Amino acid sequence: MERKTQVHAEDGKQELIITREFDLPLELLFKAYEEAEIVEQWMGTKVLKLENKKHGSYLFETTDPMGNKHGFNGVIHDFIPGVKITRTFEMENASFGPQMEFLEFEKLTDAKSKLTMHVVYRSNEIRDQILKLPFVQGINMAHNRIEELLKNGITH
Amino acid sequence: MNLRRDVFQAIADPTRRAILLLVATQSMTAGAIASNFDTARPTVSKHLQILTECELLRQTQNGREVYYHINAKSMKEVADFIEPFRQIWDERFNKLEEIMKNYEKSNRKMKS
Repeated sequence: MERKTQVHAEDGKQELIITREFDLPLELLFKAYEEAEIVEQWMGTKVLKLENKKHGSYLFETTDPMGNKHGFNGVIHDFIPGVKITRTFEMENASFGPQMEFLEFEKLTDAKSKLTMHVVYRSNEIRDQILKLPFVQGINMAHNRIEELLKNGITH
Repeated sequence: MNLRRDVFQAIADPTRRAILLLVATQSMTAGAIASNFDTARPTVSKHLQILTECELLRQTQNGREVYYHINAKSMKEVADFIEPFRQIWDERFNKLEEIMKNYEKSNRKMKS
């Protein structure tokens, strides 16, 4: 089966492209980006501010299982319903700095649509660090488990 | 067979990742690996079998003992690190799709 979500990241570049085809009409796909209540549901985040217009800005806040709050924010450079969103994205309290995001929405058929997300980072190093985050977190989880097991092994 | 996908399915399991970390520094027998886990020995054997089948681990015979060690070549294949990143976006977009399908249904009901 063809993978629905694809990530293209060429070696040595500071950008990546995420593509996804949806079994949704274009209007519904775009609505998922437009309405704050819907963004909250699929992004799993609280939307504190979302001004969908040229020179607008947004502010999201997620709470992790430990109860820590993480902020995400950006400014919107362009917002054309059903066509494109151009914006920045920045994780607060992280060293990565902002990234530029070009989102393009396309109608494939009456019932299908496609999103192309072109993300540009400040450097190739930062892009690779962000790409590796989920992998590193997975390994860390495994590592914590080993430490737990070793500790238990010693105390029992 | 899509070996690449199998490799990522193999490392998607936390116990199997823990096994890989254990043998990363030294080759170990199945018994020595199993002694690090609460799980039943046959369960660990099954994990070792999966890791060996997708060539993340290799076996070498040393007398009566079989030692497991990391297959560096396959680990390098995993090391492009993109798959877990892709999975996060895939899950997020799956959720978007599901929510909007429900949204469409409830809107239709309201109109009719």
